[in-house]
Amino acid sequence: MSTSTETPAPRGRKGNFAAPLEAAKVPPRPSGSTLERGRPVTRADLSWRADWIRLATVRLIAQAGLGHYASTFSCAEIIATLYYHTLRLRPAEPGWPDRDRFLLGKGHVATGLWPVLADLGYYPEEWLKQFGTVGSPLNDHPNMRLAPGIDFSSGSLGHNLSVGVGMALSGRLFGRDYRTFVLTGDGELQEGQVWEAAMAASHYDLGNLVAIVDANGFSGSGPTSGAMNIEPLADRFTAFGWRASEVDGHDIAALLAAFDGLPDPSERQPVCLIARTRKGRGATLTESAPQSWHLGLMSAEQQAEVTAEITARMQ
Amino acid sequence: MTTPGMVDVFTDTEIETAVAANPAGYAIAALADSDPRILTLSADLSSPLAEFRDRHPGRYIELGIAETNSISVAAGLAACGHVPYIFSMSPFGVLKCAEQLRTDAAYNHLPLRLVGRLSGLAMGFFGTSHHAVEDVAVARAITGMTVVAPADARSVVALMRSTAGLPGPVYLRIPERPPAVYTADPVIAVGQWPRLRAGGDVTIIGHGMGVGLAVQAAAALAADGIEADVYDAAYLKPFDEAALAESAARTGRVVTVEDHSEVGGLASIVAETAGRRRLGAALRAVALPDADLEVGVPAALYEYYGLTVDGVAAAALELVKSVSTTSI
Repeated sequence: MSTSTETPAPRGRKGNFAAPLEAAKVPPRPSGSTLERGRPVTRADLSWRADWIRLATVRLIAQAGLGHYASTFSCAEIIATLYYHTLRLRPAEPGWPDRDRFLLGKGHVATGLWPVLADLGYYPEEWLKQFGTVGSPLNDHPNMRLAPGIDFSSGSLGHNLSVGVGMALSGRLFGRDYRTFVLTGDGELQEGQVWEAAMAASHYDLGNLVAIVDANGFSGSGPTSGAMNIEPLADRFTAFGWRASEVDGHDIAALLAAFDGLPDPSERQPVCLIARTRKGRGATLTESAPQSWHLGLMSAEQQAEVTAEITARMQ
Repeated sequence: MTTPGMVDVFTDTEIETAVAANPAGYAIAALADSDPRILTLSADLSSPLAEFRDRHPGRYIELGIAETNSISVAAGLAACGHVPYIFSMSPFGVLKCAEQLRTDAAYNHLPLRLVGRLSGLAMGFFGTSHHAVEDVAVARAITGMTVVAPADARSVVALMRSTAGLPGPVYLRIPERPPAVYTADPVIAVGQWPRLRAGGDVTIIGHGMGVGLAVQAAAALAADGIEADVYDAAYLKPFDEAALAESAARTGRVVTVEDHSEVGGLASIVAETAGRRRLGAALRAVALPDADLEVGVPAALYEYYGLTVDGVAAAALELVKSVSTTSI
């Protein structure tokens, strides 16, 4: 029973946690094929993989009849580096509690993630053939109930940094050392809930949380900061208590350095990587008119032109 | 200092007066004793969690005046194996967070529980911003959401137990100090409406504070020779369609009682069911009108809108007199 002399729970910077929850009960990691963090890969391989993601995106959108090209192209290097180098994963066991989490805040680029998850073995390649059909587990936005490897559903912008705060808090409560990565768009940062989450992340010292902003400069209807200024991004995250830095989101070496240089998850400051990118990056057609290719369907000729341009670079 | 007729959940001394004043806070502390998955989150509503904080200090997370963030954070926790209970004020926890409840909790089938304090007109004095009279309509429209509305303190505990193991999200609409309906702890199965009185002249169904009104009105009607069939609509989703259909078909008259808008709440549940199943019953809603509501302390507002024993009894009497069951 509480009494009139009860001392209120502390509400300062240290948060309210007394101790990790039941840390002693965390089971040892079962043996299995774990993709460890920082696994060896060459820069050329990751660049190739980013273009492979772009090609698959063109193919999947053609199959579905509509999709988000330019936003997917802008984060292809980020997704490639995370999934083929940085994240600790166990594709045969998607619910493995110690996996690093990846949340696609900008859920409209799931098309770029589907071939990656198939390639890593989360589900059969055949699933990709259902993309765009009724009943497909793979949709334009990701659904965690349907697609193995999706750590949380998304589609409504502004939610997933909050969800990531919850997952990072859980890591603290259970005494697990996984990281939670959240990839947001820059337009998504106009959502107020993002800043509620940013506040909570630093309040609870969540150094196991990493926000990556795909700062491609455009939202659905035009230049992001023309609609509503979001800059200076690094200063804003810093003011919210985060360790913020900028990185060229298409420079594989820079991305590797940024991800390899992440502080240990036991550290107490959340990390924000502002990845400066170009919307539509990787093909002249999309990069020269990123707004036109936010959502659309390339003609057969355009698909051939873009595919040829990307393929030539992959030889 | 508390305005007469108001409940002040910010003052610990108020909370301490009795478990009855804060049944949800004590119930969650007890449930957490045996379920290590349970966490509590507060969107600046930590006072009802004083007992929980004492007993489970590592399992309480304050998130400040940020309801939407609280729901999504809870969803992230639930996705990692926790069962988070978010304590929030009903008007903000449901209406402001409708999309987070749908997209983050319900779509993903996550066991998140929103404990809405100060529901209905409990904060009626603070202005229409603080009225929570559309919350049932919004919550029950969300696929996969369980919606419960306890009638009294014992019912709060019963429904927290009843919903504890559900795999999906739950909205618990907590009433503030309604008169006791149950003299012993009820056991309420998922989707069940406890029958509180048997009668054949008119069916009276309430939820939350409306249940006590229904019971007392039925007693008053009995003095006039009218026997009411009384139900506690403790579960608003899923609801007890079998009980409703049986009673409505038998009495031919149904009165609903709720401190909720006449749009989308219990009145709508009954009307939808009566139409779909061709029950042929005459319906009467004692509820809040779909209009700009007045502001005042709860007791005054209940009086103003007829959410009283006399109001319910009069509605039932009028229905009995105006609708001949032989004409149905």
